[in-house]
Amino acid sequence: MVRTYLLLVWAWTRAAAQYPVSFALMTVGGFVISGLDVAVIWVIFTNTTSLGGFDLGEVMFLYGTAGLSFALADLLFSNVDRISQHIRAGTFDVMLIRPVSPFVQVATERFVPHRIGRVIQAAAVLAIALNRVDVPLERGWMIPVMVASGTVIFTALWALGGAAQFLLTDAPEVANAFTYGGATLTHYPLSVYGGELVRGVTYVLPLAFVNWQPGLYVLGRDDPFGLPYWLRFLSPAAAAAIALAAFLAWRAGVRRYRSTGS
Amino acid sequence: MIEVDRLGRTFKVRGTVVHAVRDLSFAVEAGEFVGCLGPNGAGKSTTIKMLTGILAPTSGRLRVAGLDPSRRRMALARMIGVVFGQRTTLWWDLPLKDSFELVRLLYKVDRRVFRRRLDELCSLLELGDFLATPVRQLSLGQRMRGDIAAALLHDPPILVLDEPTIGLDVVSKAGVRDFLRRLNAEHGTTILLTTHDLGDIEQLCRRVMLIDHGRLAFDGTVAGLRAVVPGEASIEEAVTHLYLSSRRSPRTHPHRPAPDPPSVTA
Ligand SMILES: Nc1ncnc2c1ncn2[C@@H]1O[C@H](COP(=O)(O)OP(=O)(O)O)[C@@H](O)[C@H]1O
Ligand SMILES: [Mg+2]
Repeated sequence: MVRTYLLLVWAWTRAAAQYPVSFALMTVGGFVISGLDVAVIWVIFTNTTSLGGFDLGEVMFLYGTAGLSFALADLLFSNVDRISQHIRAGTFDVMLIRPVSPFVQVATERFVPHRIGRVIQAAAVLAIALNRVDVPLERGWMIPVMVASGTVIFTALWALGGAAQFLLTDAPEVANAFTYGGATLTHYPLSVYGGELVRGVTYVLPLAFVNWQPGLYVLGRDDPFGLPYWLRFLSPAAAAAIALAAFLAWRAGVRRYRSTGS
Repeated sequence: MIEVDRLGRTFKVRGTVVHAVRDLSFAVEAGEFVGCLGPNGAGKSTTIKMLTGILAPTSGRLRVAGLDPSRRRMALARMIGVVFGQRTTLWWDLPLKDSFELVRLLYKVDRRVFRRRLDELCSLLELGDFLATPVRQLSLGQRMRGDIAAALLHDPPILVLDEPTIGLDVVSKAGVRDFLRRLNAEHGTTILLTTHDLGDIEQLCRRVMLIDHGRLAFDGTVAGLRAVVPGEASIEEAVTHLYLSSRRSPRTHPHRPAPDPPSVTA
């Protein structure tokens, strides 16, 4: 499945390579637009020295890890939010007669690599942040783990949104509210939000496990909300749980799929 | 090859239940060429979608190549080729040969085998002139031939076509028919197609099924279909007769028993 995914991505990338100018413009565009997020953080820190109890380096660390997770999921799987278009156009019918998971097909269909711009931007922010905060090596192992878990969590959100579109073909925006909204929420330390919201994104929609909980561990900080210490190590489990939920929802969605009357 | 037993499919449309297919039973043996007739809305496309695993049935049982289509979609995909006359399985903005390459990747067809099959299909379906043309710029006849080639690149033993001749001019139609006839005769591919064109049935199919209101109204040979009305009836008269008689009594079943036994039964 991974092999097929990569082969299809490569085939579409080659197709996109016929328009190199458009690719270059879109890549730079993605880099610049997501760069504005960082500009917001800079502006905040010209007026204050801490945001929710975190200094500039720490905030950039939280932003960079979440941004990298989101950008990777966005690059690799966000095409899944086009499912309702495929349903309406009838192309989903065609995906169901192929010997490849329709999830992989939707994710790779018309894959354009320009979203790599965001990945580079987030990676750059993370690199700068790691220069400013001192992460001891014995806690550094958590960084790749949290980025990978975060990527899985965002991918699962897209899959859940895609599954919902089997029921509400007209409302892909609802799903995007969770993915893009969730991504924005994780840009800042959760301590700037209320306790209710934080409990929600810890125990219901596991966004706190993208960067907040494991980030507290990496940064060696106390939890401002006083939640249990072991939550910091739970990102892979949270990612697995939401991935399972997304898998089941997706499968149920495909099973309920009713095509279109001709 | 295909076994369908009391197959049914309903759709809920704004609170009411539409019976698209009900109580449909038939079987198709390997190597058969079966044509499926029926007025618009009869349930032909819904049946095809269930046979190909796109839709799950709401009642009954079906097996295609021994598999339950909607549960074993990926295994089934290797056994079956599918063509939709009303919509393409190709990619609109890619040249035809790039579409074929994507199909090759999806089915994991070995590159050398693929080359050989593509050459063969290109000469049989005369695709050579427009392999580099984006699909959206192809004429309907060219696109249909491209679609048929794409459905056969993985060499499936079963080919299912939903209205493959719709909208084609006489020459394209003859080309498609000729190809399908040879595919069935020389390659032994089991073929099931739906059509509104009685010419397709007369020229291609040994066996014809008539679906009306989601039910099987006739299943037998073309000669048997003609014999439905007394005298030297044309196939057109026979079909009209069956359509009208079912309209008068849409709820009884079967509208008319097959006058001679279908060549095969479940
Ligand atoms: N996805 C769907 N949703 C609702 N109704 C449908 C759907 N697909 C088919 N139908 C209905 O089922 C019936 C049979 O349709 P179809 O199988 O497309 O007929 P045919 O192909 O013989 O013209 C029609 O009444 C059609 O409106
Ligand atoms: Mg139809």
